[in-house]
Amino acid sequence: MTAKTRATPRLLPKVATGVRGFDEISRGGLPRNRTSLVMGGPGTGKTLFALQTLGNAARKGKEPGMFVAFEEDTREIFANGATFGWDLPALAKSALFFLDARLSPTVVQSGDFELSGMLAILEAKKRELGAAWIVFDGIDVLLALLQNPGAERREIYRLRDWLARTDLTAIITAKVDGDAATPANYGFMQFMADCVIRFDRRLEQGIAVRRLEITKYRGSDFSPGEFPLSFGLQGVEVAAPGSAETLARAPTERVTSGFGGLDSMLGGGVFRGTTTLITGAPGTSKTTLAGKFAESACRRGERTLFVSFDEGGERIRRNLTSVGIHLDGYLRSGLLRMYCGRTDATNPEEHLIRIAALLLEYQPSCIVIDPLSALAKSGALSSARAIGNRLIYQVRDHSITAFITSLVEGADPQAEATEMQISTIADTWIHLSYLVRGGERNRALTIVKSRGTRHSNQVRELVLSAAGPALTDVYSSGGEVLMGTLRWEKEAEERARKHQRHAEFTAKRRELKFAEADITARMAALQVDLDRARAELARCSGDDEARQKSSGEWKKELRRMRSSDSAAAAAAVSGKRRGARISAKSRKNNGEQVPRHGS
Amino acid sequence: MARKRTKARAAGAPITTVVVMRLYIAGAAPNSVRAIANLEVICRRYLKGCYKLEIVDVCEHPQRALADGVLVTPSLAKVSPAPVSNVIGNLSDTDSVLAALGLPAGAIE
Repeated sequence: MTAKTRATPRLLPKVATGVRGFDEISRGGLPRNRTSLVMGGPGTGKTLFALQTLGNAARKGKEPGMFVAFEEDTREIFANGATFGWDLPALAKSALFFLDARLSPTVVQSGDFELSGMLAILEAKKRELGAAWIVFDGIDVLLALLQNPGAERREIYRLRDWLARTDLTAIITAKVDGDAATPANYGFMQFMADCVIRFDRRLEQGIAVRRLEITKYRGSDFSPGEFPLSFGLQGVEVAAPGSAETLARAPTERVTSGFGGLDSMLGGGVFRGTTTLITGAPGTSKTTLAGKFAESACRRGERTLFVSFDEGGERIRRNLTSVGIHLDGYLRSGLLRMYCGRTDATNPEEHLIRIAALLLEYQPSCIVIDPLSALAKSGALSSARAIGNRLIYQVRDHSITAFITSLVEGADPQAEATEMQISTIADTWIHLSYLVRGGERNRALTIVKSRGTRHSNQVRELVLSAAGPALTDVYSSGGEVLMGTLRWEKEAEERARKHQRHAEFTAKRRELKFAEADITARMAALQVDLDRARAELARCSGDDEARQKSSGEWKKELRRMRSSDSAAAAAAVSGKRRGARISAKSRKNNGEQVPRHGS
Repeated sequence: MARKRTKARAAGAPITTVVVMRLYIAGAAPNSVRAIANLEVICRRYLKGCYKLEIVDVCEHPQRALADGVLVTPSLAKVSPAPVSNVIGNLSDTDSVLAALGLPAGAIE
């Protein structure tokens, strides 16, 4: 049973260093009661790392420790700590012991020596203090005095045995210059240590870049690879990449982008916690858009961080005021915080670490970074890209809604915007450009992409005024969106044309009205004629009848008056009529048959 | 006293001023044992009894060693006469020990 429990591998007990980022990549810190070796060239931060760990252990973990310095005297160490706000002299009174182990330059060496004496002293001190930690800082200085690889190895062994016996959690720092000068004994030291951390400092295009790598961690998992290291406000900080998986949270809440025009183009604003990238040439009012976003965030009462590079906060505030964006009040009330970094003074890594510290301390819900591309100005592009990515991921991990601007020089946005390679990470990409037409430059805004949003595909003109930025109504002509005075001209032209059309229409209508009236009038006149004609006709037929009647009567009267053979006359008249009818009928059969009566 | 020393030197005699020394050792560590042996030879040859030697075992008196600023062993400190000096190592290099003690190298052979 006991054998069984022994066989199962136990997790290596670890103790947190309190160095931001290091505990993450080492999955918990340094191995407890074991030895860690910190190697690196001069000025890489080895001593600070060790000192910080020791200080944190004493302060937070209430674990006393000893610091054995072979390179610097105690006063210098205290001064170094003071620059990061560590009160080492206070700690030295109770929990820390500093041993100045430098050998006086006047010391004469004669023959071989050992570390036994020092170890005896330290052991006594450990008992007195109850120390759990020990740091040997710059052990290489002492070992170099031995001038004998065999003796060096012997002392390293001695040290290892002593450390194993005393159960101290140890950090040994050793200076290693470059790659070539890694003596065999350092390999040996690596063997004796359970955890080996390599510090490195190199120049990338004139900017010093510090990195840290865990090269070995016996019995433990760790993040492989180099991690940027920098001196933050509270000490050494390691840029840990954070969790390997991106957070799955995807809020559907919309946040205004600052003004209605853009919101409606974006289908109601941007999603909370997303990243919006604004690219554009110089002067396309990227900062204005970002400032508008910051203002609207503050108006909602959300804490906002405004990060600007190469431009002072005061100037940004003033410039934004000219376009109706007022940040003063929010700056005073502390709702808005500004971080203004100079990219020529510090390397991008340090900015990132300071911003990360601000994110933790200030906990903003909105952030503006203006412009991110400034990071690429100094140092290598590849590292600037990596920093840009890490910054965005950090912001996203905190679920902060971000507006990030990026300067694009030159004409082609598609090729240039990917210079920092952040366009793929951004959720929304707004591109600002100048359209030069008709002898003027106008700002045009396009939404290149917006994830999960139905967005406008139109190029819109961005107009800046004292009332703030605004997007004009779409005015397209011949397949192009018109801008500036061209738009104005077109609009005026269109108005004139409309006016003219209206006038033409009115004239036509009037004309037609006249025609209608004319025809109606003519129709009335004709009706009168018609009536007259009808009346005439009626009168004529009436006359005729009357005349016939009267003539019949007249004849009858006449006959009567004559008293002649009216009957014969009457018969003659009727026979004449009958004969005429028959003749018409029989003419085709027999023309001869027609009797001629009466002629 | 000064006169005495001058006289002694003029006569070419060994220094008669008492040299006070302290040797810090770490128990029975090989270099410590060797240092004691080497120092005894030097004292016999060059100091002719005009010395006071105290041997401090750091393992037994760590506080004392700490107060005296001793780190590595073996370590020899010349306490007087002035100037004080320190030698580390097993004292196998006699010339450098003599130089540190202010004795002319190879004064007496």
